Amino acid sequence: MAAVERPFPPGDYDVVVVGSGPGGLQTSYCLRRLGVRHATLSRDERPGGMFQRFPIFQRLITWTKPDAPVARTSREYEWYDHNSLLAEEPELKALVPDLMDRAFDLPSRAEMEAGIAAFADRARLEVRYGCTWESTRHDGDRLVLATSDGEYRCRAAVFALGVTEPWRADVPGLEHAPHYVDTETPERYADRDVFVVGKRNSGFEVAQGILPWARSITLGSPRPVQTDALALSALRVRYLHPYDEYARGGPGTYVLDVTIERIERRGERFTVVAHGTTWDGTLELEVDDVIAATGFQTPLQDLPQLGVVTVADGRIPALTPFWESVAVPGVYFAGNASQGARGLGRRGAGASSTAVNGFRYNARVLARHLAQRLNGAAPAAEPVDDVVAFLLRELTSAPELWVQKGYLCRVVSAGADGFADEDVVPLTHFFDTAGPDAYAASIEVDEAGGIVPTVYARRGGEIAEHRLEPHPLHEYEGDAYREHVAAVVS
Amino acid sequence: MSVADTLGQLALFADLTPTQLEAIAHSHEEDVFAVGERVLRRGLSGGNFYVILEGEASVEIEGEERHRLARGEFFGEISALTGEPPTADVVAATILRCLVIPGAQLERLLLDRPQFMLRLLRMEARRLRGTLEWQP
Repeated sequence: MAAVERPFPPGDYDVVVVGSGPGGLQTSYCLRRLGVRHATLSRDERPGGMFQRFPIFQRLITWTKPDAPVARTSREYEWYDHNSLLAEEPELKALVPDLMDRAFDLPSRAEMEAGIAAFADRARLEVRYGCTWESTRHDGDRLVLATSDGEYRCRAAVFALGVTEPWRADVPGLEHAPHYVDTETPERYADRDVFVVGKRNSGFEVAQGILPWARSITLGSPRPVQTDALALSALRVRYLHPYDEYARGGPGTYVLDVTIERIERRGERFTVVAHGTTWDGTLELEVDDVIAATGFQTPLQDLPQLGVVTVADGRIPALTPFWESVAVPGVYFAGNASQGARGLGRRGAGASSTAVNGFRYNARVLARHLAQRLNGAAPAAEPVDDVVAFLLRELTSAPELWVQKGYLCRVVSAGADGFADEDVVPLTHFFDTAGPDAYAASIEVDEAGGIVPTVYARRGGEIAEHRLEPHPLHEYEGDAYREHVAAVVS
Repeated sequence: MSVADTLGQLALFADLTPTQLEAIAHSHEEDVFAVGERVLRRGLSGGNFYVILEGEASVEIEGEERHRLARGEFFGEISALTGEPPTADVVAATILRCLVIPGAQLERLLLDRPQFMLRLLRMEARRLRGTLEWQP
């Protein structure tokens, strides 16, 4: 093959982005729009990241509704389409719905991968493919990323590595079991008793996949299935059939709250010894197969040695509200690993940063943050004429607020010349920043999982919270809402 | 070290069995805060209960440190149990690793594990006595 000139040769850049999945591409797109000098590197040969391989059972759990009461090129449509990457240009918006065969309102893995590839292609996003990041060090105020093609020096690095490296819980004997990623075709489990270790996304996904084949399926892990939290979980959309069968007393499917003491191989079968966590007692189960669906980790390579600290048994980097390592300045994360920033977690509600719908907004906010920090370039805040209408419009239809509930908010500042739009920022940033008087609109969740539109006022450093009344159609632009918010901003 | 093992070393959880600790560790998230990051905010409702697994936290009123909390100590319980907003800020004084238990789940945990409730009450009582002794 003739040598093709590859973009981004080794050298000095303001930002280096690692990864060509949706997180890396969205970050690169947004940095380019803001004129931030950066290089994007990927060890892969093509765009798509995890969607080249996952989910194994081939369908996502995040919706895209091809027809909606709003135009596909509108901002509001992003709320109906959780899977397309964000763009300013109309021709680059909402690329996933056209690629769907509409068998479900959830795209298949292949449709999702095609959507990402189409975005990279049509946006002409440059990526240095086949370039593997190998190690990391500091050199003065620069980070240095050594790669298979040479060294990249930068002021900030954004790692969009996914959370796709198989992780196994520390259970004796579990090392003999295949991991979710090694699950074979569902037919392989025909007429067999199967124990699935894990009750989160991959555990339920695999159980759902083999449900028509296995003789019996038992899922086990210490944490109870939290039905109240599931009301807000994307998992609920597709994979809860096994749980539903168990809850209704169906035979052959069991969902257990247990810690697993050990797994022993006995001839062709396995014995699983488990103790109840929400009930007293011990079980010894004989099964044909054990599958480790204990999740994934971010492939951090040598970043822990650089000082990056983690949560969840070392699986996820611990991050600030702007997705920077809490311990190593200049090391940022995008994509699925941006879940390492939990946000306020008030009333138990967390951000939706584990899927494209949430982390595409994180990437856009991060790019803006980096542009300001590295280039000192703050886009001019647009004036806001009717602050009450503006905040209520955001609460009613801003996809950023509806996806990243309690995490991202829209801010309007109050100055001598009137009000100005300060864009979307993490809510904690709004709370903890000294600044002019300002107002933030945020969609929050109450103790019962109900949706609560909220306006915060920051005056003289003091925060006041104003919870608005719920509305059955989530429409907050009526007179009663206008009066309420007018009183807040007056 | 796993979260369950860390919890096992803390006085607050000293009476619980390894299985019970495992269940608590798996049922709640860990969170880590950068130096200077705020964990609890005065006046803001809906906060969680935090147990310090590693590092130190500063209890501040109007930016002035009133008390220092270390590994094994906890905060946010008053607000979580009463539903009232906190009356002080809690700020990470070092890199701060905490176990985070949402308020509604704290109540359930206390009722399910009376030994844990007793330990928490004792620690709370000691704090209260300390506070009263400080009074001029």
